[in-house]
Amino acid sequence: MAAELHVELVAADRSVWSGAATLVIARTTSGDIGVMPGHQPLLGVLESGPVTIRTSDGGTVIAAVHGGFISFADDKLSVLAEIAELSDEIDVQRAERALERAKSEADDAAERRAEVRLRAVAGAH
Amino acid sequence: MGAQVRVYKRRIKSVTATKKITKAMEMISASRIVKAQRQVDASTPYANELTRAVTAVATGSNTRHPLTTEVERPTRAAVLLITSDRGLAGGYSSNAIKAAEQLTERLTAEGKEVLPYIVGRKGVAYYGFRGRAVTQSWTGFTDNPTYADAKTVAGPLIEAVTTETAEGGVDELHIIFTEFVSMMTQTPVDVRLLPLSIDEATEHAEKTGAGKDQILPLFDFEPSAEEVLDALLPRYVESRIYNALLQSAASKHAATRRAMKSATDNAEELIKSLTRLANAARQADITQEISEIVGGASALADATAGSD
Repeated sequence: MAAELHVELVAADRSVWSGAATLVIARTTSGDIGVMPGHQPLLGVLESGPVTIRTSDGGTVIAAVHGGFISFADDKLSVLAEIAELSDEIDVQRAERALERAKSEADDAAERRAEVRLRAVAGAH
Repeated sequence: MGAQVRVYKRRIKSVTATKKITKAMEMISASRIVKAQRQVDASTPYANELTRAVTAVATGSNTRHPLTTEVERPTRAAVLLITSDRGLAGGYSSNAIKAAEQLTERLTAEGKEVLPYIVGRKGVAYYGFRGRAVTQSWTGFTDNPTYADAKTVAGPLIEAVTTETAEGGVDELHIIFTEFVSMMTQTPVDVRLLPLSIDEATEHAEKTGAGKDQILPLFDFEPSAEEVLDALLPRYVESRIYNALLQSAASKHAATRRAMKSATDNAEELIKSLTRLANAARQADITQEISEIVGGASALADATAGSD
C-alpha cells in the first residue's frame, strides 16, 4: 500500500474536507509547497491561493483558501483557513461579478479573493 | 354575572395570553440552543488544530514574541466581557458582569489598571448607568455571532496588546464569558488569553482532546518561526474569542429557555389559583341570588299571609 496523508481542511466555522491523499500542494508566503507522505514536520503560513489535494483514489480536490496555515506531522496534514471553499462550491458568476466590482473599486483584497476563487474553479475543470 | 367574577375572568385571560408568549419564547430558545451548540461543534476542529499549532510553535522554538512573553511588572490589563443584547434570560448577564467585577477588583488589587471592552447591550448599559469608562463596546450580534464578528472584536484587542504599554497598550488580555457546561448549567469563567502561558494552551488542548498524549515533533517553519508565530497568534486569539462568543450565545439561549420555562410554570400556577377564586366568587354569587330569591319569596308570602 502506498503511503497516505490524512488531510483535514478546516475553515473557522466548519470542516470543509477531510480524507486520504497522496499529495497536497499549497501556496505559502515563500512559494508553493508540495507535501507528500513522510515529509518532515512542517508549519507554514499560507497566502490566499488554491490548495490542490490529490486524493488516494486518483481524484483531485481543489479549494480556494484565503489566508491561514498548513501544518503537517505524522502523515497528518491540516490546512487551517479563515475562509475555505471547495471548487465545486464556488459560484463562478458571482466570483466574476465580484472580480469586476473589485477591479472598478480598486479593492485589492477583494480582487485577490475573487481571482483565487476563479483560479480554483479553472484548475478543477 | 357578578363584578368580582368578571374581574377574575379578565385576569385569567391576560395571564393565559402571557403564558402563550412565554411558552413560545421557551420553544424558540430551545431550538436555538441546538443551533448554537452545533456551531460550537463546527468551530471545534479549527480551534483544536490552531491550538495544536500554537503549542507546537511555542514549545518547539525559542522564539520570544510580545504575545507570549510575560512582562515583569504588568501595569495595564484589558478585560473583554461578553454579555447579551437582550434580557429575559434570568441571571445570565448579571452573573457574567459579577464575574467581571470580581476580576477587575483582583486585577486592581494587583496594581493593574483595567480597561474594559464589552460585548452586548446589557454590559454596556451596566457600565453606562454607573458612569464608568468603557474602552470599546460592540452590540448587535450576541445571539448569533459569526467569525467576522469575532474578528471585529479581536482586532482592537490584538492591537492593544501589541502596542507598547507606555503608548497606551496593555500587558494582559482577559476574557469573561459564560461557559456552556450543559443544558442546565452555564458558568461564567474568566480566562487569561494573553500573554499565552504554554501550560494553559496545553491544558486547553488536552481539554478539547487535541493534544492528548502526543509528543510534539520538531517542526520545520515556513518561512520562519517568528513569522509563523506572528501570523498564528492573532488567529489564535480570534478563534478563542469566536469560541467564547458561541458558547456565550448557547448559554444565553439556555438561560432564556430556563427563565421562560419558569415563567410559563408560574403563569400556569396563577391561572389555577385564579380559576379557584373565580369559581368561589361565582358560587358566592349564586348563593346570594338564591338567598335573595328565597328572601323575596318569603317576604311576599308573609305579606300575603298578613293581608288575609
